Amino acid sequence: MSSSFPLLSVVTFLPLVGVLILLFLRGGDEAAWARRIALTTSLVTFVVSLGILCVFDPAVAGFQLMERFAWIPSFHIEYIKGVDGISVWFVLLATFLTPICILSGSVVTKRVKEFMIAFLVLETMMVGMFTALDMVLFYLFFEGVLIPMFLIVGVWGGAGRIYAAYKFFLYTFLGSVLMLVAIFAMVIHAGTTDMTAMMGGVFPDKMAMWLWLAFFASFAVKMPMWPFHTWLPYAHVEAPTAGSVILAGVLLKMGGYGMIRIAIQMLPDASAFFAPMVFALSVIAIIYTSLVALAQTDMKRLIAYSSVAHMGYVTLGIFSGNTQGMEGAVLVMISHGFVASALFLCIGVVYDRMHSREIARYGGMATNMPHYALVFMVFMLASVGLPGTSGFVGEFLSMQGVFLVSSWTAFLAATGVVLGAAYMLWLYRRIFYGPLDKDDVRAMPDLNAREYAMFVPLILMVLWLGIHPATFRDVFASSVHKITSDYQAQTTRGGEAP
Amino acid sequence: MLLDLAAVFLPLLGALVVGLFGRSLGDRASQLVTCAGVLAAAVASVLIFHDVALSGGDTHAWVLANWITSGDFKVNWGLKIDTLTAVMLVVVNGVSAMVHIYSIGYMSHDKGVPRFMAYLSLFTFFMLMLVTSDNLLQMFFGWEGVGLSSYLLINFWYEKASANSASIKAFLVNRVGDFGFMLGIFGCYLAFGSVQFDVMFQKAPDLMQSSFSFLGASVPTLTTLCLLLFVGAMGKSAQLGLHTWLPDAMEGPTPVSALIHAATMVTAGVFMVARLSPVFEFAPDALAVVAVVGALTAIVAASIGLTQFDIKRVIAYSTMSQLGYMFFALGMSAYPAAVFHLMTHAFFKSLLFLGAGSVIHALSGEQDMRKMGGIWRKIPFTYAYMWIGSLALAGIGIPGVMGMAGFYSKDIILESAFAAGMTHHQAFGVTAYVLGLIAAFMTAFYSWRLLLLTFHGTFRGDHHTLEHAHEAPWSMLGPLVPLALGAILAGKFGYDLFVGEAMAEFWRDSILTLSYFPPRETHLGVGTTIQFAHHVSDWVGLLPLVVALAGIFMAYVFYVWAPSLPGKCARGLGALYRLVFNKYYFDELYNAVFVRTAQRVGKALWTTGDDAIIDGYGPNGVAALAVRLSQRASALETGYVYHYAFAMVIGLAGFVTWFWFWA
Repeated sequence: MSSSFPLLSVVTFLPLVGVLILLFLRGGDEAAWARRIALTTSLVTFVVSLGILCVFDPAVAGFQLMERFAWIPSFHIEYIKGVDGISVWFVLLATFLTPICILSGSVVTKRVKEFMIAFLVLETMMVGMFTALDMVLFYLFFEGVLIPMFLIVGVWGGAGRIYAAYKFFLYTFLGSVLMLVAIFAMVIHAGTTDMTAMMGGVFPDKMAMWLWLAFFASFAVKMPMWPFHTWLPYAHVEAPTAGSVILAGVLLKMGGYGMIRIAIQMLPDASAFFAPMVFALSVIAIIYTSLVALAQTDMKRLIAYSSVAHMGYVTLGIFSGNTQGMEGAVLVMISHGFVASALFLCIGVVYDRMHSREIARYGGMATNMPHYALVFMVFMLASVGLPGTSGFVGEFLSMQGVFLVSSWTAFLAATGVVLGAAYMLWLYRRIFYGPLDKDDVRAMPDLNAREYAMFVPLILMVLWLGIHPATFRDVFASSVHKITSDYQAQTTRGGEAP
Repeated sequence: MLLDLAAVFLPLLGALVVGLFGRSLGDRASQLVTCAGVLAAAVASVLIFHDVALSGGDTHAWVLANWITSGDFKVNWGLKIDTLTAVMLVVVNGVSAMVHIYSIGYMSHDKGVPRFMAYLSLFTFFMLMLVTSDNLLQMFFGWEGVGLSSYLLINFWYEKASANSASIKAFLVNRVGDFGFMLGIFGCYLAFGSVQFDVMFQKAPDLMQSSFSFLGASVPTLTTLCLLLFVGAMGKSAQLGLHTWLPDAMEGPTPVSALIHAATMVTAGVFMVARLSPVFEFAPDALAVVAVVGALTAIVAASIGLTQFDIKRVIAYSTMSQLGYMFFALGMSAYPAAVFHLMTHAFFKSLLFLGAGSVIHALSGEQDMRKMGGIWRKIPFTYAYMWIGSLALAGIGIPGVMGMAGFYSKDIILESAFAAGMTHHQAFGVTAYVLGLIAAFMTAFYSWRLLLLTFHGTFRGDHHTLEHAHEAPWSMLGPLVPLALGAILAGKFGYDLFVGEAMAEFWRDSILTLSYFPPRETHLGVGTTIQFAHHVSDWVGLLPLVVALAGIFMAYVFYVWAPSLPGKCARGLGALYRLVFNKYYFDELYNAVFVRTAQRVGKALWTTGDDAIIDGYGPNGVAALAVRLSQRASALETGYVYHYAFAMVIGLAGFVTWFWFWA
């Protein structure tokens, strides 16, 4: 299905209109206007992006809303955009979370205009990346995301922001270089930059192995997978709340999205070959980072480590290569987009009031902030994967998918169910239970209207995805079906139930 | 349909309304809304029970909505109400309604009344979802949901550190069980291609001989799956090994202990095995494990109960022990006997807990029996209730005339064990019967120990507490009336339906029990365990009564006629007494092996794994290397022209040589 109206490009570049307006903004109450303009722009973008969902035909498995024209003809580089059922949700996740980030960013007082510009540019990059179907375009957006993110951590971050930003850069740079080389090799071999033309195992075996490793390095850093994860706790701890939200909510999903799009769809044999390694790394991630999370004394660092553990379920699901695993992986990513974002927002709530992330500084807050306690409880339970919340559906399906392929892997991954509950309940207990005996904690007011505006949509999404995931799943079901059946057809070892 | 929906969703409605708006509604309205919701659900449950179980109506089955679909994996939100579920509906909603009303009085001085009522109703809803499910996954939804509610209610007084720890412990130990449950679900989908009960039940007989690869080994399919699911049941029903959370759960308010930790949630494991009887029946090895675990739990828990001084903990260990009885009945394929005991136990155990709550209420929160005594005149109604509950628990009755509830249900369990021992489960059956007898003796002993220490003798606490002691208000005593009636009559009137003449007509296909030929020469033909149980010799059924009476007699000896005996025994037994008194050191063992290890490993992985190794050789190492290399390089920049000229000449010579020879 093709549309004459370039909806995807409009959604991609709409935030830049806001940026343009912000650039010309001058005057005394610049900050207030910057917030308003940025919020309006992001809300409009979100509404327009809902249009993608309306136009999108879930019954069709391939790419839709295609846009294609020659961009740099001398190098055969085209401007190609399109979405399938999977990328639709990542686009919407990005456009849904950006307004929430901008709302939460209204506590920023330093260089407000630039902060808002950074977020709107980031939104363009994210949406552009999830809708790009040309290798060069994909690479540009994929790397372009780093620039605003780097600035958000480096300019608006906390005390150790420089170290965090540099670590973030070092890791991603390594991945990017390898990925760029791999892209060159692919383009030269395929004679085109069109990603859809590269799908289905067009690369010779040996080459595919090297390509896979190069891409994997880049995506594993982004996910992040163990042992490429140590940049994440630092980046999260130092980033401002809004930065953490977008980092956990959307940026981490780029790795998983890339693994589906490029590893599974373009390099199926290599993916099947390396799947055991991915399983091993994922299981290590789940157990290792959960244990590390147990030992944390900093709230943000704890949630950062929990993100690594949750992403372990994503990689497990993707490389199980069957329907349940792949759908589970996509659902984990969507759910984690809501839940981890919300948890970082929750931490932001008390950080804004107390300027401390130290767990020991808090305690007994269920007494003076009951609403906040309830909100936090919902997201805590979703993170723990309680059935009925979004966290359960995806993790259950991805483990089910893996069980069909390797019961050992599923067995070890399921220990995360116990460990995840341990560190989250222990965190919740230290913040909310016990006596309310600290004066500064007692002085904190409960949630305000702005905070409700951020949390209520997220709670609704968490419950919706938990109770009726079909709304989400129906959109990507046929896309996933196509991806997994292609994958199984191309690889010798499939993972479908006997 | 409307009736079914009302029975399940009215408690949810109450919980949501009060949970979200309780503060503005106030205490009175919150109590009214939640009590009305659960009472109405209880009435609906009785009507459903009448229709489905008594009048022989069809199973009610409704698909409400799709929940999770993924490829062939398809699970709905559904209701399935057959006799087994109908029994559970009445038990859950009935006890819950009484506990709701009781809580009005019990929690009247608390500042969190709406929160408490909302939690109770929420728990009831999850429990109802668990018992009405038509598939494993929705059962898991209810299963985890009751775990959550239990966590919230144990931790209701959240300022208390002991309540915090107990609630986390309860959630985590249950999660360990759920880990097994989840793997069981994965395996069921692999084996049956579905987690819908009807599909599983249909395919189970064909899989009896099959095996599948699990954790690298080829294992018998059904046995493995049943054992994995049973790990879940062990967690929820506090069976030996995963039981450590239950005594600590007594940190919660007493109505919670009565509803969740005696009558309903902890019986979820029993319900699960009974529900899955069409699968377990084809996995005899798994059933043997269930029987052994149950019998061990019954006796270990009863022995701990002998030594404890906290009135609620004694009852908690008693609950654990009675759950053990239920499991060994399940293990002997006497599912109806297990569910029968589940039902009678719900009455008398919630009665005992609420009675204990009334004692605690009267003594201003005192729970230590060493500081009680001689208060029966002050709280005569409570005293009477506790007697009824204890008689029912100990299984006292006059054979052939009339007995308390436990008299019938415990007897049939022990008779089933004996019958199974005489027929197919030779080794286990008789062992279980003997262990059950010993546990029955202990049960009677600790029950009367509790009664005598609490109500008789002289008061051992401080006199202010005694002066304040008062009988509970009618809102607390009233709800105990139906429970007491149940404790007296449920056995007598339930017997025929649950395990007697009308059994087949009552259960129909909600429980499957295979018939088999007894291997020895008997006059009996093909039959089920329970059918054989009706034909055992009379002494088999009389012995439990005899040992129970002996247990009561011993309690009088120890605590009335020779009060110095308990101390002497404790000293005489020495190490053995300390082992039992300290609950066999399970907590200490688990703390050392799991809790502290996890904390230590977590810290080590963080500081050594992440910081020293990954960062040390990764980004920090690379950065340090870069710095060192650049320092070396900058050391070459000496500023002397002849240094540079020399380097250029050497370089040029190198290039020329290379081109000369190889290019």
